[in-house]
Amino acid sequence: MIKTNSHDGRGSYGPRRRKEDARFIRGRGQFVDDIQLPGMLHGAVLRSPLAHARIVSIDTAAAQAHPRVRAVLTGQTLEGFKLAWMPTLARDVQAVLATDKVRFQGQEVAFVVAEDRYSARDALELIAVEYEPLPVVIDATKALDAGAPVIRDDLAGKEDNHIFDWEAGDRAATDALFAAADVVVTQDMLYPRSHPAPLETCGAVADMDPLSGKLTVWCTSQAPHAHRTLYALVAGLPEHKIRIISPDIGGGFGNKVPIYPGYLCAIVGSIVTGKPVKWVEDRSENLMSTTFARDYHMHGEIAATSDGRILGLRARVLADHGAFNGSAQPTKFPAGFFHIFTGSYDLRAAHCAVTGVYTNKAPGGVAYACSFRITEAVYLVERMVDLLARELNMDPAELRMKNLLRPEQFPYTCPTGWEYDSGDYPRALQVAMDIAGYPELRREQAEKRQRGEYMGIGLSFFTEGVGAGPRKHMDILGLGMADGAELRVFPTGKAVLGISCQTQGQGHETTFAQIVAHELGISPDDVEVVHGDTDRTPFGLGTYGSRSTPVSGAAAVVVARKVRERARIVAAAMLEASPDDLEWADGRWQVRGDPEQGHTIAEIAMAARSALELPDGVEGHLDAETVYNPPNLTYPFGAYICVTDVDPGTGQVQIRRFIAVDDCGVQINPMIVEGQVHGGLADGVGMALMQVVAFDEQGNCLGGSFMDYLLPTSLECPSWELGATVTPSPHHPVGAKGIGEAATVGSPPAVVNSVIDALRPFGVRHADMPLTPANVWRAIQGRPLRSDLAIR
Amino acid sequence: MLQITVNVNGTDFAREVEPRLLLIHFLRDHLGLTGSHWGCDTSNCGACVVWLDDLPVKSCTVLAAMADGRRVLTVEGLERDGVLDPIQQGFAECHGLQCGFCTPGMMLTARWLLDHNPDPSPEQIREALSGQVCRCTGYENIVRSVLWAAKHAEDHDQNQ
Repeated sequence: MIKTNSHDGRGSYGPRRRKEDARFIRGRGQFVDDIQLPGMLHGAVLRSPLAHARIVSIDTAAAQAHPRVRAVLTGQTLEGFKLAWMPTLARDVQAVLATDKVRFQGQEVAFVVAEDRYSARDALELIAVEYEPLPVVIDATKALDAGAPVIRDDLAGKEDNHIFDWEAGDRAATDALFAAADVVVTQDMLYPRSHPAPLETCGAVADMDPLSGKLTVWCTSQAPHAHRTLYALVAGLPEHKIRIISPDIGGGFGNKVPIYPGYLCAIVGSIVTGKPVKWVEDRSENLMSTTFARDYHMHGEIAATSDGRILGLRARVLADHGAFNGSAQPTKFPAGFFHIFTGSYDLRAAHCAVTGVYTNKAPGGVAYACSFRITEAVYLVERMVDLLARELNMDPAELRMKNLLRPEQFPYTCPTGWEYDSGDYPRALQVAMDIAGYPELRREQAEKRQRGEYMGIGLSFFTEGVGAGPRKHMDILGLGMADGAELRVFPTGKAVLGISCQTQGQGHETTFAQIVAHELGISPDDVEVVHGDTDRTPFGLGTYGSRSTPVSGAAAVVVARKVRERARIVAAAMLEASPDDLEWADGRWQVRGDPEQGHTIAEIAMAARSALELPDGVEGHLDAETVYNPPNLTYPFGAYICVTDVDPGTGQVQIRRFIAVDDCGVQINPMIVEGQVHGGLADGVGMALMQVVAFDEQGNCLGGSFMDYLLPTSLECPSWELGATVTPSPHHPVGAKGIGEAATVGSPPAVVNSVIDALRPFGVRHADMPLTPANVWRAIQGRPLRSDLAIR
Repeated sequence: MLQITVNVNGTDFAREVEPRLLLIHFLRDHLGLTGSHWGCDTSNCGACVVWLDDLPVKSCTVLAAMADGRRVLTVEGLERDGVLDPIQQGFAECHGLQCGFCTPGMMLTARWLLDHNPDPSPEQIREALSGQVCRCTGYENIVRSVLWAAKHAEDHDQNQ
């Protein structure tokens, strides 16, 4: 049962019911679409039905004449505001409303503002757009072919669909290692396009006050402060006159990091009408136009000795970024953190090369709990290790155990330069194998194979680097990836913590209160956490990439310790002692050697605001602020085992068991940690077995609704079996690491490895996700599918 | 326009509506009951589940006009006289929600299940909720929440 009592701050960590639940279980959350303002108008976006076409004309006259329509915006209107194009987070540009061409199906073409939701939609039907269709580029592997249609002819001198080439590691050393290796295994694999699909779609309510010139935007944003600065830079609005409020957010998963054209249209709509304008996209708009995830065509190579010592890894990747390069990652890293693809193993050398291309698909790429592309990296290495085990006829658990980094190797610098902070990998794998009963599972599998039943056992071991970033290495559009915290302590000892990150379900209002309570010796109930409102919180880069606890959480610790040090000086004045003679013990400052003489934070806070004479230079309050710039990423890790049963007649995969052992360092609220892992495991099952955004030859999106883009329900998910080890981060102030994305990163390869293991008697060596019944069945027939294209 | 009267959470609401108005928009935009959410368009996600008379329905696929003269129960009606329904308590006790967007629909379906099967197995709970999507919890804690509510139903009845 969950404890809620707490007195001196000790015991603040631990499972604890969430503060935020009181409103959600009563239906009193406030999501963007719940906001109603006086005189509010409603916006709707007209989207392109074609994937690639020149716009010949747009006629809005009939829509303008609709009695309930207040404004119709086109790219031409936005040009008047210099907003027809906007910069993306990857320093490309993206059309807000198309002026010259449409470049993917679902692209924004016009925006209607009307008096109600339904009329806005009606008016979209009255806009006549004449298109001249153009040939499309849908298959990324053909994007660089000579003669391929040039998608981005808006970019001066652009004559192909190439975006970038990027590499990491030591090519020469890796090539030499491969040339001399006993065994080399290679495999092509696709991590297909997926979509985060939070249950709440994206939306905004923009309210420009014509008198004060203040713009307030309620928005589904995972990064409200970064959005404010970007609006200021893009729209030329004074930053102090912009207030971004992320109210309750119905799931993010990276989908709500970028700025979308609809947000800007709502803002312009409010400017031109002088009224608040709400825009909330529908599900198809969300799936077809907002940031997707993955779409990495990967070629992997692994080199080893004949007795199973892994020597090196090579990867070549073709990255499909869609029509605009809108992927969101630290500026230096166009392929995100993919180059952590050496995973959890002790390798001598590695090299990866990534080429990014444009296609006629929606823009995006870094999203869906991917830890900046570590999903793709972990999938590659964990598939390659399984293929190597098969080649060597070794048990995949034994091969992993033999090659995992050993605890004494930490801190460890991997061949591509990442500095892993701490880990005990063999222990985590052993714990997972113990929970699973691994030898018994293998015996059962052997017996079932005798009977013609197809059971699979799949493993994955992953290492993530999360908590971007050290500011000197990591920025987004020039904004260093640090986070702020402000802590105010009122005279009665109650506290308000302002943080720069933002919750989309992670429970920050609870966890961050626990952090502060632990440091100040007060109850978490006495700490109010404010987030998501740029007028009420300090600047910082927001919540994504599992960075809240590693960065903002650290900021909360640091700011609480600053408050505690201020309190020490005031306590010394109260006790007529030297600050040096005080020690922090049992949740209060007390005289060393005389614990009777001491004061709690509440007593000190009251005294600080009282008539007590304070030493020169000491201000009469305990409040503090900080900006935390992490010295390194934190490196959570885990060992996963998935047991499946496959019906070869139908290709149906049933997940029977899923064992997940995670190590995210010190856990502040293990109940919330467990919930984060559960959710990520369901994501992994979805990606491995069900979810894909495919396209047909004309560029029609085949995953544009929940009828086609299949999400796991309670029936596809097993009852998760969790375990944990705790290896503290040496550089985080309380030893915590991020956990939000660990399971999403780690679980897909365990599922795929399990299914491929089940299909081993058929000689199946690999099949691409999602392993739908059709795909599994085709793999058994020896005709695996290209899962990102229409089935032929 | 149509004149309709719908009893929502025990109160009659008479409104003039367009024939095409969806029940979810009637509840949210016309009555200001924003606890029920809209999540897809295709009856797949269940964020909009409410009761129509005695059955859970996906209110994105029901016209407001179809609710004329009938009773609707939404999440706002689960709490009675300041006492939470055990299903609401169960979700808070067992961390059955994260972002909270699917939660109202999940609770209303679970309430219906418990009314018809007071002691469901985990498998029966999964079956009952399989028409609804949660993107955060991986369902495990939702199942635990419903089990908690089943186990504590008697305490609740005594407190009433």
